[in-house]
Amino acid sequence: MSVQTWTYILVGITFALYIGIAIYSRAGSTKDFYVAGGGVSPLANGMATAADWMSAASFISMAGIISFAGYDGSVYLMGWTGGYVLLALLLAPYLRKFGKFTVPDFIGDRYYSKTARIVAVICALIVSFTYVAGQMRGVGVVFSRFLQVDIDTGVIIGMIIVLFYAVLGGMKGITYTQVAQYCVLIFAFMVPAIFISIQMTGNPIPQLGMGSTLNDGSGTFLLDKLDGLSTELGFNEYTDGSKSITDVFAITLALMVGTAGLPHVIVRFFTVKKVKDARKSAGLALLLIAILYTTAPAVSVFAKTNLINTVSNEEYANMPVWFKNWEETGLLAFDDKNEDGKIQYVADKNKNELTIDNDIMVLANPEIADLPAWVIALVAAGGLAAALSTAAGLLLVISASVSHDLVKKVFKPNISDKSELWVARGAATVAVVIAGYFGINPPGFVAAVVALAFGLAAASFFPAIVLGIFYKKMNKEGAISGMVVGIILMLFYMTKFKFGWFGGGTEADWWFGISPEGFGSIAMIANFIVAIIVLQFTPEPPEDVQEIVENIRIPSGAGEATGH
Amino acid sequence: MSEKQKKATAYWKENVRYLFILLVIWFVVSFGAGILFKDALDAIKIGGFKLGFWFAQQGSIYVFVILIFVYVRLMNKLDKKYGYNE
Repeated sequence: MSVQTWTYILVGITFALYIGIAIYSRAGSTKDFYVAGGGVSPLANGMATAADWMSAASFISMAGIISFAGYDGSVYLMGWTGGYVLLALLLAPYLRKFGKFTVPDFIGDRYYSKTARIVAVICALIVSFTYVAGQMRGVGVVFSRFLQVDIDTGVIIGMIIVLFYAVLGGMKGITYTQVAQYCVLIFAFMVPAIFISIQMTGNPIPQLGMGSTLNDGSGTFLLDKLDGLSTELGFNEYTDGSKSITDVFAITLALMVGTAGLPHVIVRFFTVKKVKDARKSAGLALLLIAILYTTAPAVSVFAKTNLINTVSNEEYANMPVWFKNWEETGLLAFDDKNEDGKIQYVADKNKNELTIDNDIMVLANPEIADLPAWVIALVAAGGLAAALSTAAGLLLVISASVSHDLVKKVFKPNISDKSELWVARGAATVAVVIAGYFGINPPGFVAAVVALAFGLAAASFFPAIVLGIFYKKMNKEGAISGMVVGIILMLFYMTKFKFGWFGGGTEADWWFGISPEGFGSIAMIANFIVAIIVLQFTPEPPEDVQEIVENIRIPSGAGEATGH
Repeated sequence: MSEKQKKATAYWKENVRYLFILLVIWFVVSFGAGILFKDALDAIKIGGFKLGFWFAQQGSIYVFVILIFVYVRLMNKLDKKYGYNE
């Protein structure tokens, strides 16, 4: 059977599965819709969190980015996993004990203020929309290559699927769909990785294969070989970066803190029964995520070595079929500058003839390694699972922010549960349409956009939540000014250096040599400092709020999550 | 201070001490071994891996997973000690 047929079969089966689960576990109340009824087991929540977490960026783009960035790509590996340590130790157990539906719920109650709640809602919306746009784009890329439709049609098909199960099932629907999506995506990621690891090094475990010797009898270590190839072509050594230590440090920190501050990840911990379960499911989530995150850098090494061996200095006319296929999508381009009919892939921009989009490395990897058709199709299904699960989680945060935090808590407190559920569904629909628009007119490639969402989360939520738990005397004035300063500073820096607003600027103008991706750490520190300074000049929080803080520090008696 | 409050304060103190120790390890394996001291550690090679590079792309992640499970164990014990387990 051809790749095309396999893709239709696998994508068709998985989609039918997701829709089936969504219908079976549709939401009947707002509690089902926001926190899946509150009785999710730690393992199911761990799997759902992992799928929610691992987005199109993790599945499709990350290994590709690392392929081209080498050591510099470590920021994503450490950043997107290390954040779970912060989440498990500093946030998840206490937020579960607090026991409400959303992150703005916590901010609003802990800081006894509607203003704080609204600021938190705005931050949640900015973060989630930035993030979801990247997901829709990922869906489009997969559809366009594997199902031969153009990217925009792909985005629209993705929108309809997500709409269907997020709107119908709410948190309950997406939790159980995400469990299935985790299984699909991890299987789809591991199978080609294991195949290629055996092919190249004879070791079936990619994590070890990466550090093994090549299978060709030369006895050379794979990483040494790749370092050699890279320097030969004029690139940096693969295992050495080109970014400054300061920038690598800042980006890693921003991604870690951002991970812990992302509302769609935090809300997952509202769905378990007890505080104890929240801790455990954070551990399970990271374990399940680590399987992909430790395999990805191995995939990067395999793919990069394979790519160089296949294309470097070879006749264009002799290129395998996948090369032509990917050229058609526009993600791969060859421009024969010196007209010798051969492909020169080198660091020197004036001589380089091959432009490769990061996203290809994972998607084309099985084809480059000549794996069977069903494996190639499996990657398509996995990429879609990753993008859809994350998009659904984000849409839920957006809809809950609107229906629960704005409509119910601010504008219309006496709205009935039934009507609130319908408002939530309406908000999810509007959110899908907006996300789809951004997917069709994207502000950059998938991971770049996603990386900035982390900066925004780091700059806004993380300090407010951590101070809310660990600093009993923190008051509303401090927290609100911190969040406002943090997110505005981050938005300013991001738009200045990414979109050229406010006079724009180049790398030479970066503050402290820190890139927009890493600036979240500076904005976060600014948030902390502003909050603590403002606190000195404003009154202490009321006694009952301080009691809330005392109470969330004790794990027992968590009870059920409520919206009231 | 009531007996109940004293217990809560003592529990919180021990909790914060655990957090501090675990976060120091968290920082050392990632920001330390993977970034600040990466070049020095790269002089050591294990199999095909330079050690600093290994910490940045593999080792730190393994340690993160272990850290959370250690935390889960420590806290379950602590909850029991103070009678906060359910």
